[in-house]
Amino acid sequence: MTTTTGTAPSPRALARQRRRASVARFWRQYRSERAGLYGLTALSLCALLALFAPLVVGSDVSSVTDAPGRPMQSPSAGFPLGTDQFGRDLLGLVIWGSRVSLLVGLLAAVLSVAIGTLIGVTAGHFKGWYATVMMRITDWFLVMPTLVLAIALATVMSRSLTTTVVAIGVTTWPTTARLVRAQTLAVETRPYIERAKALGGGHWHIMSRHVLPNVMPLVLAQTTLIISSAILAEATLAFLGLGDPTVVSWGGLLQDAREAGAVSAGDWWYLVPPGIAIAVVALAFTLCGRAVESVLNPRLGVSR
Amino acid sequence: MTADATPALVEDKQQTAAGPRVRKGSAYPRYLAGKVAGAAVSLLAVLVTSFFLFRLIPGDPVKTMTGGRQVSAEQLAAYREEFGLDLPLWRQFTDYCGKALTGDFGTSYQFRAPVVDKITEALPNTLLLTGTAFVLYTVLGIFLGTRSAWRRGGLGDRFNTGLALTLYSIPSFWLGLLLIIVLSVGIGPLPGMFPTGGMESGGEEGFAYVLDVAHHLVLPVVTLVAVEYGQTLLVTRSALLDEMGSDYLTTARAKGLRDDLVRRRHAVPNALLPTVTLIFINLGRTVAGVILVETVFSWPGLGGLFYQALSVPDLPLVQGLFFVFAAAVILMNTLADLVYPLLDPRVAR
Repeated sequence: MTTTTGTAPSPRALARQRRRASVARFWRQYRSERAGLYGLTALSLCALLALFAPLVVGSDVSSVTDAPGRPMQSPSAGFPLGTDQFGRDLLGLVIWGSRVSLLVGLLAAVLSVAIGTLIGVTAGHFKGWYATVMMRITDWFLVMPTLVLAIALATVMSRSLTTTVVAIGVTTWPTTARLVRAQTLAVETRPYIERAKALGGGHWHIMSRHVLPNVMPLVLAQTTLIISSAILAEATLAFLGLGDPTVVSWGGLLQDAREAGAVSAGDWWYLVPPGIAIAVVALAFTLCGRAVESVLNPRLGVSR
Repeated sequence: MTADATPALVEDKQQTAAGPRVRKGSAYPRYLAGKVAGAAVSLLAVLVTSFFLFRLIPGDPVKTMTGGRQVSAEQLAAYREEFGLDLPLWRQFTDYCGKALTGDFGTSYQFRAPVVDKITEALPNTLLLTGTAFVLYTVLGIFLGTRSAWRRGGLGDRFNTGLALTLYSIPSFWLGLLLIIVLSVGIGPLPGMFPTGGMESGGEEGFAYVLDVAHHLVLPVVTLVAVEYGQTLLVTRSALLDEMGSDYLTTARAKGLRDDLVRRRHAVPNALLPTVTLIFINLGRTVAGVILVETVFSWPGLGGLFYQALSVPDLPLVQGLFFVFAAAVILMNTLADLVYPLLDPRVAR
């Protein structure tokens, strides 16, 4: 670790100032992406709804025993989205389901990007056999059909939210790893890395203080894009009956609907809301991700 | 496409590129050998994974198989022996690999039939479904992608890309369920026009049978096309946009060629090169999509079989299907790798 002499303004304050300026610049450019703003607005609303769901619908909404309505009622004033096969309020269930769907999507994406970043940065930094082995593994995961592998993992582990997060996380990281490695290789050719090395900076110092900050914008864009596919993957696993059966999620609601015979009975109100919720959130994350990408892309990672 | 011209061009490229990768002799056979060897290694890795992955499962597969019925200890032992579960793990592993290499994936727990038989039974149905969908979404994706790029920023472009992104965010199984409700079950005055599932009504023969299967095919194909064409559209569009700034297009226009000729004869063929890779990779990806669509439409293919196997879980069947799905993707990726340098000689370095 290099020490710095304290002059006014201190280097730390300077760094903070510079960071604030670059965030402000990023936001200015992001604001000009209209689709990205739509996505961000939709996401903020969903996040608020998910956070305050206990206040809006109450946590007893998923209880089968004290369901307020009759089974399979079509939408009415009392139940704006109708009821399910137990007479539970579907509007409440969809709002309640956002908690699990968003949480699992976020956690799985964070896990996936964390693995990808770790492998990408280390493979880019340490060349030689370590990089070769890591990239072989990455390539192998890359050719595997992600969903099939996730399904297989979810089949062999016990049904729980952790299982879903792990199954999605460990199958979707390779694209991130490749992107991050390419970016790391580009960053490492810059002169200041050589300077840091000459001053005695160790591997950890270089990776955490010099490479990682430069790779972060890319990682951010990647996370946003992966959340969208993670939410879809969660819904898919839940629909196939591989999710946690004790919690309410959008994919789980769709599976319930199918098992309760809503499809053949033509009870469309049971199916439409959870699907729209999934699509809106997935689309919103995709739009945000694309906006972040297009802001960064002109000089991807070459922030200065 | 002249295959014999490829090595010469590659040779030329190698002499100018001074790198560690420079090799002597014609590049394509080496490139081919490398890719095929890589694919073989990947397949072996999938085989090993499929064995160990499905040994992670907690609990006794024999108990799963008997479904909680009262079974005597002798019967349990007999089951174990029948499925080779009494052997030590390493013996099970060598047996599994040896048999898998000869195409034997064991016996399905729930059907009591060889896994291979179940797979070969379902394979043609899946090929019919994915093949039809594949042709349609590739043509549609390339067509719309080309149009979008040519009139970039216009109303049509914004509508096309917007719709593609939206459909891309929709879970395929949900779209399938909705289509069933609207077009099979029927809503309000709308009568059901298509069958709710399956592949045939039964009892039909000859041409009537073909029509019947086609009738059953419509909704699953529409679902697959809707969720898959967007990717092709977006890639074609961005490839063409990259190409559109090129000098040779300006030259072509300066010669006085009509706009659509410039597009069809010059820009599109070049822009389609990156799309070729994607087309093959998509074909592999569709494999995963087909699991859901076949489940929703009770299509008697590999995907539907996978779903049936998951709910038990019928490990030998899951294992065999996992291998088939992964092998399909690896095969497609390798094919893409092999075809690409024939189209663009710069690739085989």
